[in-house]
Amino acid sequence: MFKIVKKEELTADVYLIELEAPDIARKAQPGQFIVLRIGERGERIPLTIADFDRAKGTISILFLVVGKSTRWLSDLRAGDHLVDVSGPLGKPSEIERVGTVLCAGGGVGIGAIHPIARAFREAGNRVIVVMGFRSKDLIVFEDEMRAVCDEFHICTDDGSRGFKGFVAQLVDKILKEDEVDLVYAIGPTMMMRTVCDTTRPHRIKTVVSLNPVMVDGTGMCGSCRVSVGGKTKFCCVDGPEFDGQQVDFDLLMARQKIYLEEEKLSMERYEAKGEGRRAKSERRVKDEKRKAEGECRKVKS
Amino acid sequence: MEKSKKAMVLKRVQMPERAPGVRVTNFNEVALGYSPERAIQEASRCLQCKDSPCRRGCPVEVDIPAFVKCIKEGDFTGAIREIKKKNFLPAICGRVCPQENQCERFCVLGKKRDPLTIGGLERFAADHGRDKNPLDEPSKPKPTVKRVAVVGSGPAGLTVAGDLARVGHEVTLFEGLHKPGGVLVYGIPEFRLPKEIVEFEVDYVRQLGVEIKTNAVIGKLFTIDELFKRGYHAIFIGVGAGLPLFMGIPGENLDGVYSANEFLTRANLMKSYLFPEYDTPIKRGGRVAVVGGGNVAVDAARVALRLGADEVYLVYRRGEAEMPARAEEIRHAKEEGIIFEVLTLPVRLLGKNGWVCGMECVRVELGEPDESGRRRPIPIKGSEFALDVDVVVVAIGTRANPLLPSTTPGLELNERGYIVADEETGRTSREGVFAGGDIVTGAATVISAMGAGRKAARAIDEYLKK
Ligand SMILES: Cc1cc2nc3c(=O)[nH]c(=O)nc-3n(C[C@H](O)[C@H](O)[C@H](O)COP(=O)(O)OP(=O)(O)OC[C@H]3O[C@@H](n4cnc5c(N)ncnc54)[C@H](O)[C@@H]3O)c2cc1C
Ligand SMILES: Cc1cc2nc3c(=O)[nH]c(=O)nc-3n(C[C@H](O)[C@H](O)[C@H](O)COP(=O)(O)OP(=O)(O)OC[C@H]3O[C@@H](n4cnc5c(N)ncnc54)[C@H](O)[C@@H]3O)c2cc1C
Ligand code: SF4
Ligand code: FES
Repeated sequence: MFKIVKKEELTADVYLIELEAPDIARKAQPGQFIVLRIGERGERIPLTIADFDRAKGTISILFLVVGKSTRWLSDLRAGDHLVDVSGPLGKPSEIERVGTVLCAGGGVGIGAIHPIARAFREAGNRVIVVMGFRSKDLIVFEDEMRAVCDEFHICTDDGSRGFKGFVAQLVDKILKEDEVDLVYAIGPTMMMRTVCDTTRPHRIKTVVSLNPVMVDGTGMCGSCRVSVGGKTKFCCVDGPEFDGQQVDFDLLMARQKIYLEEEKLSMERYEAKGEGRRAKSERRVKDEKRKAEGECRKVKS
Repeated sequence: MEKSKKAMVLKRVQMPERAPGVRVTNFNEVALGYSPERAIQEASRCLQCKDSPCRRGCPVEVDIPAFVKCIKEGDFTGAIREIKKKNFLPAICGRVCPQENQCERFCVLGKKRDPLTIGGLERFAADHGRDKNPLDEPSKPKPTVKRVAVVGSGPAGLTVAGDLARVGHEVTLFEGLHKPGGVLVYGIPEFRLPKEIVEFEVDYVRQLGVEIKTNAVIGKLFTIDELFKRGYHAIFIGVGAGLPLFMGIPGENLDGVYSANEFLTRANLMKSYLFPEYDTPIKRGGRVAVVGGGNVAVDAARVALRLGADEVYLVYRRGEAEMPARAEEIRHAKEEGIIFEVLTLPVRLLGKNGWVCGMECVRVELGEPDESGRRRPIPIKGSEFALDVDVVVVAIGTRANPLLPSTTPGLELNERGYIVADEETGRTSREGVFAGGDIVTGAATVISAMGAGRKAARAIDEYLKK
């Protein structure tokens, strides 16, 4: 059993959970993830390790509610336990001294990019951070990210904060003005894809972190197959980071849709049934409060 | 009188089974086991041969005539005690061992007609021990203050852990998944091996004093070297052959194409046949093609059927006679209506909007034997045809998962990535590191993994005494 020591709602439907997992915290490296199961009937879901505190023996995850499992996770509180947490899985990021590294994060990809940016900075690189969100109300982790970079940029789709436009557009602008040796882009699949399209003509290596559907996370099932440079790879063990310019994003996006129908059914049942009901009414109260304060916006990335 | 007695000796007492029409609608166990009367009747057929040839066929040397005699005399507890001396997991072996190639193959009765149903009797004794008469508390041996880490909780790991705990070593069993049991929990389906039986056997190993740590992927959470640093004196690696192979044909990454490992893991370990009560989804219904001819392929086909498939094809590139699956399972699959497409080779998967919709195949004929000694399939020109399918399950075998070996410097592997270990002791190229089961031999059987575990346990005990 793994205890939740802290739970925080960062913005609508984005949560940060800190978990007691001393063995994982001791071994975790930037770029790695965990697979967790909330309860006995739960599925195994992968989430990136957004932070780890080796002394305290905890790891943090940052997630967006998109379906039943993430909704259920968001309904837990500090003091609750998860039945299973396995990790650290996947290959760590290859942190080297290369010069200038641009770390672009969109949405909950910010969780994954944070320890990577920090590690590149600690390795002596100049780190430029680009964060992108739909709008200013959805900004998370800003202070944390500012603390680990030399240069900070932010953009919003609606222009309510910083550069108006998508991450890829802001990255393009920076690349035209600055010397960058390596780009890291982590976020929604569409964002990673457009960043890769942007960096390709600049011939800058662009690393992305892929998120196909997984089961075991140890190379045993092949659910997570992705195609990189025309070769099939198992994302959980060969990745999750790959050279983005070689990734077949069409395939990735198709494979993320395998269980759309079932996911919808799961979510509807959860929301309709008793287990989620109390939490749901609490959420409604909170949502209304937020609406009253004029800051509510439903996210769906 | 004389004549009927003889007939009784020659013919097997059949074990009752659920009717095919009923069993394809659920995941309940197919074979139902002997009643005490029937078990005694079957046991009475045993000739109690002095040289007991059957024992030669048993990889762990169970004293077969001795336990059969107990059953015959109605001493069912005596029977299970006798078996447990040699075999840790009798309820499992009684169900899934290929007895027709092992003990039963050597049985004298088989020369005339039906060999003794040794597996059925083993199962009976084990089930009786479980239901009626919980086994005696294992006696607590004197602790040896030596610590052993066992990696992987399949039959090999469970056997090593149990054997070493019995002689007083402190054993920790590390398992990467959230449930112990290896293939027994994630691979072999409920209707062939109910999971509560695996849980019972795993509990027995726990009662012996073994500490089981799940969610511990060795190579990631700890490396082998880190385990030594944490104070383990010896390590056994029994991580199985868990890396699924794909065919390497176009279209294999389409939605709806699964490895057998994924399909079975979703169904068995994650219980997706109970979706949405359980959260893990799986594709149900439609037309399903399973590629392969081993136990794994047959299991996947029968699972697909129970998930509500309209039609299930078993596509195998050699003939039915060459199928490595157990005869009993092939029979069960046929009774249940699985369509056998043998001498058939898939060449391409066709897709529509990202989903698999067809499997292009070619018929083959068998030519000269290949390096495995089996006749090589040769495509017949102009025999191409396509199957309409909604789901494809690839069950053409597995390889060693490099995750652990690649993080263990100095561990010698063979050219296919399996760990090189001494057959008699499980000793590897690394001091204090032993290995056994599928990670050494490649995909084999439950009992051979247990056999390797037993030998390694003996060698580890010797090693720790030094
Ligand atoms: C290596 C890895 C790291 C990840 N890290 C994070 C993280 O740090 N934070 C985070 O919020 N999410 C992360 N994800 C995605 C996360 O695993 C999924 O959002 C989660 O499994 C959804 O479960 P659910 O039951 O809530 O939603 P579901 O009901 O399973 O899905 C609901 C919706 O989300 C989409 N979806 C499902 N799975 C994924 C997926 N793997 N990627 C993208 N969309 C998906 C579905 O298409 C569907 O539209 C990561 C995925 C991987 C593979
Ligand atoms: C579907 C199917 C049906 C089968 N049917 C039969 C049958 O009817 N009869 C028969 O005799 N045999 C059958 N077999 C074969 C038999 O199950 C295997 O030969 C046997 O289980 C091998 O045992 P093992 O202990 O070597 O490994 P496994 O049973 O494979 O167990 C290995 C364990 O190690 C764990 N592991 C792997 N890597 C790590 C790591 N790095 N850290 C921690 N843990 C790790 C795995 O999660 C797994 O739990 C079948 C196999 C399958 C897949
Ligand atoms: S060979 Fe057959 S008849 Fe003879 S002892 Fe063994 S089981 Fe009994
Ligand atoms: S998630 Fe199973 S192999 Fe990657």
